[in-house]
Amino acid sequence: MLNLDQYSSLGAALRDALDRWPNEICLIEADRDREKTRLTYSDLKDVALPLARALEDAELNSGDRAAIIMTNQSKWLISAYAVFYRGGVLVPLDYKLTAAEQLELLVHSKAKFLIVEYHLWRAITQSPEFKNHKLKKVLVTEAPLRADLAGAYRWEEFRRKGDPGFVPRDREDTACIVYSSGTGGRPKGCVLTHENYLEQCKALTAWYPFWPGVRYLSILPTNHAIDFMVGFIGPFVCGACVVHLRTLRPEFVRDAFVRYKITYVSLVPMILKNLERGLRAKFDELPAGRRFLLHRMIGLNKSLTRKQPKVAMSRKLLAKVHQGFGGELRAMFTGGAFVEPSTLQFFYDLGIPVANGYGLTEGFPLTLNDLKPFRPDTVGKPLPGVELRILSPDADGIGEVSVRSKTVMSHYLDDPSLTAQTIVDGWLVTGDLGRFDGDGHLQLFGRKKNMIVTEGGKNIYPEDIENVFEGLPVKEYCIFAANYLWPTKTVGREMLVLLLRLEQNREFTDALKEEIATRNRRLPDFKRVGGYLVSSKDFPRTASMKIKRTVLAEEVRENLGRAAVVEL
Amino acid sequence: MKPSEQTLEDILNLAAVHFKVPREKLTPDEDFFKTLGIDSLQALDLLTRLEHHFRIELPDYELQGVSDFRTLADRIQTRL
Repeated sequence: MLNLDQYSSLGAALRDALDRWPNEICLIEADRDREKTRLTYSDLKDVALPLARALEDAELNSGDRAAIIMTNQSKWLISAYAVFYRGGVLVPLDYKLTAAEQLELLVHSKAKFLIVEYHLWRAITQSPEFKNHKLKKVLVTEAPLRADLAGAYRWEEFRRKGDPGFVPRDREDTACIVYSSGTGGRPKGCVLTHENYLEQCKALTAWYPFWPGVRYLSILPTNHAIDFMVGFIGPFVCGACVVHLRTLRPEFVRDAFVRYKITYVSLVPMILKNLERGLRAKFDELPAGRRFLLHRMIGLNKSLTRKQPKVAMSRKLLAKVHQGFGGELRAMFTGGAFVEPSTLQFFYDLGIPVANGYGLTEGFPLTLNDLKPFRPDTVGKPLPGVELRILSPDADGIGEVSVRSKTVMSHYLDDPSLTAQTIVDGWLVTGDLGRFDGDGHLQLFGRKKNMIVTEGGKNIYPEDIENVFEGLPVKEYCIFAANYLWPTKTVGREMLVLLLRLEQNREFTDALKEEIATRNRRLPDFKRVGGYLVSSKDFPRTASMKIKRTVLAEEVRENLGRAAVVEL
Repeated sequence: MKPSEQTLEDILNLAAVHFKVPREKLTPDEDFFKTLGIDSLQALDLLTRLEHHFRIELPDYELQGVSDFRTLADRIQTRL
């Protein structure tokens, strides 16, 4: 691994990585069972530098912002490297946002350049908000031959001969602007510096090292903090290989483990559960004798790995199971959303440790399971260099988690008041409730803030989706996270609820319910409201007629219980 | 029956078999995540079955933002 203390920027570290391991495989990309790309570090240099030179000619200079909206693929990482080489600031946007949301964030981030997949660009150009964009140059990948690119350039042809100029950056300079929430009037653009990322990488690899020969399967979106670090920066500065799949279909994901002998993978709880469900079904289909033997072996493995994982031994004891994962899998990472302890335990008992962790877009990773021993009921311990404390703990020791670390973002883009609320005296307040147990493990107990995290790892803020219900025939409405209204001191089973105040003398009708359901369906499935409840009082408002959400939440807590929520 | 209606009917039949639910439980415009109690990965699984039936290839992004069978049928119809 490179000594990251020697580097002042991601661009400089990545540039050295490409020279250090020229013949190691760096990137593999497959579409279903068809391998499309296989690049060594030397090949990657040959592909990325002409792009960097073309960006230089297009006047991408130090500090200029370049957004990427792509699914996980090799061109994502090649483009990011070219941007860093030119001293640019990367703005990785979520490809699952709507085109209107992407355009809003492009405007907010003041991105001058955009690198985007064709199908996503097509949706963006068809959006009414397209006229608002201020992009200087757009590069589109994989565009069909005669496609109308609306003034954009083909990524594959956007290259120039000649050595590009490497633009050095300092540790405190901005490396990325990453949005931790969608839109809704107040986008939260986390400004992360080169130092943040270099320190994140050091902290993570201290516990989970990469080396040449390691193969990381990149499934989580690369714009997400986890995959950006574990599926890009981490492997690259260690000479490891990143494998991209152009589909998330469970059958092809399973095949990829075997075909590419994957070492590490990061998964959201939803995919973990899907894998668990598939394995359990397979176990149940076994003839009684073999099933009995399998469960005996699982029991034996469990007792022998109680104190620490013994991957080599587990691979022998449960050979068939491990062969199903390619036989080289060392650990799976998960975090960002609640995972059932029983799911984590299920995999650990098979000899496949799942390192459960905790982090935010504002700072990642904060804690991680060090497997000494494995704990399914916590999100692990603070990583090296990460200080965590619990603010105002109650009688049970539960309070708001706050963090101070070189891994934590500098500020929110163009939002000093939100920054001041979030970073207080150098400590970032997370909005999450937690406590430390006697072994130094952090346990989470829900949220203090009004938001939910889905099983797919998406942060959903009520303010971001309220506009879908605009014009609803009611006097007023507001959306809350149920666990914010009625704290449960638990995590998981999160949902959003729509609070309604009806017009005077109006009843709640089936037509209104249908109208709510219809509007709800306009939202992506993971953003939908789970239920509604009706308030008997007008909402408290400020002088400028904004809803006082905190006061309203307090009133709901006093007057309505969770049982009042009617499921949609 | 119009070709698109036939496509929709085929999808509803295949979904009923795939998710082991009575065909009459499925309607074209209802939210299938809710009706079937499935997540987006399970929905992706259905795509494979549909590809085999219609002999086409559907990128994952064709399912993005789709939560009812009618919209899914429209997306498939454009590729037939």
